[in-house]
Amino acid sequence: MPDLLIELFSEEIPARMQADAREALKTRVTDGLVEAGLTYAAARAWSTPRRLVLAVEGLTGRSPDLREERKGPRTDAPEKALEGFLRSTGLTRDQLEARDDKKGQVWFAVIERPGRPAAEIVAEVLEATIRSFPWPKSMRWGTGSLRWVRPLHAILCILTDEAGAAEIVPLEVDGIRAGDVTRGHRFMASDPFRVTGVEDYQAKLRRAKVMLDHEERAEHIWHAATNAAFAQGLEVVEDRGLLAEVAGLVEWPVVLMGAIREDFLDLPPEVLQTSMKAHQKFFSVRDPKSGRIVRFVTVANRETPDNGATILHGNGKVLAARLSDAAFFWKNDLAVARAGMGEWLESLSHVTFQSELGSQAQRIGRIATLAREIAPMVGADPAMAEQAARVAKADLASEMVYEFPELQGTMGRYYAEAAGLPAAAAEACETHYRPLGPADALPDQPVAIAVALADKIDTLAGFWAINEKPTGSRDPFALRRAALGVIRIILGHDLRIGLQAVVNKQLLVHVMALNLDTAEEREMFVLEQMVDEIADHGVFGAAFHAVLDRLAHRGEAPEGESPDIAEGSWLARMRKRLPALSDDLMAFFHDRLKVHLRGEGLRHDVIDACLSMPGNDDLTLLVRRAQALNAVLATEDGENLVLGFKRANNILTQAEEKDGVEYSFGADPKFAEAPAETALFAALDAAEAAIGPALAREDFADAMAAMAALRGPIDAFFEAVQINTENEIVRRNRLNLLHRIRSTCLRLADLTRIEGA
Amino acid sequence: MSDGKPRSFQEIILRLQAYWAAQGCAILQPYDMEVGAGTFHPATTLRALGSRPWAAAYVQPSRRPTDGRYGENPNRLQHYYQYQVLIKPSPPDLQELYLGSLAAIGIDFDYHDIRFVEDDWESPTLGAWGLGWEVWCDGMEVSQFTYFQQVGGHDCRPVSGELTYGLERLAMYVLGIDHVMEMPFNDSDAPIPLSYGDVFRQTEEEYSRWNFDVADTGKLLHFFEAAEAECGRILDHPQTDPRTGKRIIMVHPAYDQCIKASHFFNLLDARGVISVTERQAYIGRVRALAKRCADAFVETNAGGWTESKAEIVWE
Repeated sequence: MPDLLIELFSEEIPARMQADAREALKTRVTDGLVEAGLTYAAARAWSTPRRLVLAVEGLTGRSPDLREERKGPRTDAPEKALEGFLRSTGLTRDQLEARDDKKGQVWFAVIERPGRPAAEIVAEVLEATIRSFPWPKSMRWGTGSLRWVRPLHAILCILTDEAGAAEIVPLEVDGIRAGDVTRGHRFMASDPFRVTGVEDYQAKLRRAKVMLDHEERAEHIWHAATNAAFAQGLEVVEDRGLLAEVAGLVEWPVVLMGAIREDFLDLPPEVLQTSMKAHQKFFSVRDPKSGRIVRFVTVANRETPDNGATILHGNGKVLAARLSDAAFFWKNDLAVARAGMGEWLESLSHVTFQSELGSQAQRIGRIATLAREIAPMVGADPAMAEQAARVAKADLASEMVYEFPELQGTMGRYYAEAAGLPAAAAEACETHYRPLGPADALPDQPVAIAVALADKIDTLAGFWAINEKPTGSRDPFALRRAALGVIRIILGHDLRIGLQAVVNKQLLVHVMALNLDTAEEREMFVLEQMVDEIADHGVFGAAFHAVLDRLAHRGEAPEGESPDIAEGSWLARMRKRLPALSDDLMAFFHDRLKVHLRGEGLRHDVIDACLSMPGNDDLTLLVRRAQALNAVLATEDGENLVLGFKRANNILTQAEEKDGVEYSFGADPKFAEAPAETALFAALDAAEAAIGPALAREDFADAMAAMAALRGPIDAFFEAVQINTENEIVRRNRLNLLHRIRSTCLRLADLTRIEGA
Repeated sequence: MSDGKPRSFQEIILRLQAYWAAQGCAILQPYDMEVGAGTFHPATTLRALGSRPWAAAYVQPSRRPTDGRYGENPNRLQHYYQYQVLIKPSPPDLQELYLGSLAAIGIDFDYHDIRFVEDDWESPTLGAWGLGWEVWCDGMEVSQFTYFQQVGGHDCRPVSGELTYGLERLAMYVLGIDHVMEMPFNDSDAPIPLSYGDVFRQTEEEYSRWNFDVADTGKLLHFFEAAEAECGRILDHPQTDPRTGKRIIMVHPAYDQCIKASHFFNLLDARGVISVTERQAYIGRVRALAKRCADAFVETNAGGWTESKAEIVWE
């Protein structure tokens, strides 16, 4: 059982590509070997900046001989059939065997595929792997046509038998012939050497100052860095992404810790950290007492006679130059901030947010107006919410954020503080972007919440208005994230917001802005009136109606003439389009809500049952209802109640269809015959008496409990009586009683949507 | 010139010139126009196209109006020097050749940490891209190392290897200088020692003021459009020159106009009058010019065109 060792030696492979490349090399080669009939015990891949390595242990020495028998046509079949069989087997007629079969003589083909030596298979599989390797970006070099991530210089490919003898796999790819030779560290041990197997390779590489295992390098770096920091009472700021990247940049990691010049320590820690990481891949070292970043850790790729003094000195100088830039931006930005940030706000009117949705300044204006309106719903001061929204994105025009876009918001807070704005506004600058993902923290101050909601809802309404919705995996404007953000903020803070009215108003704002140049003044006037009406009516249909009504009766249209609302007119089209947009956007919210609640363990049919209730744009209420329903369905009473409800509903629906009437009124206890029937009347009276007040105080648990209490009486009722009796009066009375069951239950949730019961 | 540490900015340049001359490069002179980077020199942009082998090295003064800091920033300048090497096809030992050049200017690999860090190069204005690295010396970016894959929308076959050294930054590091203006330009023991600041401080101030506040944006816009129009007009001419009867495609005169348009765009950008969306449109317009020049260049002898090729096309 030989071991296989492959090393693809190239110029420096980008660190970020190494993990995927290791995986691809391992999968493609081992899949290819197995497909060709070989088996193996274990496979491992490693990478350094200059090499991609695969070791496959316990590979079979050859693939097995294969023998396959195939039955062909009868010997007296037409010539054409035989020709077809010969073609498909690749044999000639004299190689076929005629055998007796039940129906006469039949041709049989016996195909023998002798096994092949592993080396031959490895050569084929590796060449195919190299030629079709899935690099995210690849290149040509010199006069060749081979593509690799950077020029490929050498291929080491050997099979080592149990006795330790190595055989070079015969392979040549675009003039690169596989061998058993590699090289060590580029500067510390660059002479070539021969290797005979995996262990020999690793040992010799280590002597040649190459730590092959990427994980070992990462561990070594982390260990050395934390030790160095600990010795001075400091701690390294953890950053796994950076650690993996840095480990992919060196073959022989040497950790060095250096000081940050005193005059840069006043920069915000986020700026120090971001600048050091982005430009120089330094780790930040923090003083746990002050929380400030006071040192950096850099990872060199070599040992030096002066123990890294020259390298550290050089890195320190580069850092100083970089931080001088950052300090320059900080100083300039602070000057603008202290002057009230007017310069930035002005310049944002020249920055496009999205070509149809206008400039950042226009966007900020919309968000500010909306934040003011949302403020009372979230317990924020309207004027403060508006003020915060007006400056929340000012830092986008700052020099620091231009240089480090990832510092947006973070800088906003510093600059708002420098501008002397209230703490709530500064807080909003930083946290209104949140949550950035399903696990990110929420904004938690009322003003920040108002701005965060306004920002996200304005974005969603805007992109809906220009028909730029997410499709499949394409969501370039992160609209799903925005919708989830709105949902998480509302639910996380138990906010009571009629989302539909807010959404409708903002859709209207966008539609007006988009049609400002083309719509007529009187048409715009109608939409303007609608903005106020939406606040009262919430939905477009009623608002349109109210506005048009008023115009017709009071002649409120400007310039006398009423706008054209006939079929096909712009307003008539808007009258159709706006509600459609609104429904579509609400459906998007509901979809995201379902995904979110499923993650929280709520069944989708439970959510559907509550979504079809009125007031479903109040997400907090919706979720409370769903949670109460979920809880009650988990009880035996609840589960069986749904069965009873469905039975009642089915019988009633069938009877109503058959009789062509609606049994919706007049169940009278005096026609009750069985005690169970009388008891059900009493139970329904009691349930209705409890459910009404419970719903009024939004106590869904109580309401659901009252509903679940109907389970016994309903079951007993169905046990005791026959609905469709011959006595028509009694039958009608019972159907009307079923209707009471249905209408009582449907006040809580649409139980017809519950599955399985 | 002696071994060991160089003593001045100009000595570093001279050593690079000597080194690349010894490797067989033609040592060219700077292109006589305002460019944003050494890549714009036709010896790189155009010569990276076509099949003919090429090896050239040169210093190129480069201008980045937005980087002006009135000579105050320790390492930001609106006018600086790049050292540029282009070898086609890229030789297999280009990394070693490059490292040899660092050794030639006194960088001792026993004490310094040299790293090749991923940096894919792309010039949207030239319609060009390549893969390679920025080369770090002790965390300082000292060069850009690129294997050209496309220029002006044309695949590079063969591939050129391009090296770009930011000379001021590299020299400051080698000489141990913290502020560019304090760097010795010639030898500090010369009868008249000159610092970088003696040569360039005043011009940095003057250009910074002009670039940021005084340049006439209306005129610049007009110049941009004039250069754009002229580039197209030149290339619209028939290939055959009526005066000589020869096939003369005027690629270089047209490409000069492309360079000009690019520089006017940079100036407009520094004046802050180009919005984010307009920016893309301007870059696209310059790229269209570069693309036309590239298309024309591969039709010339220097671009690998031969009579026989023309005949094949004719058939």
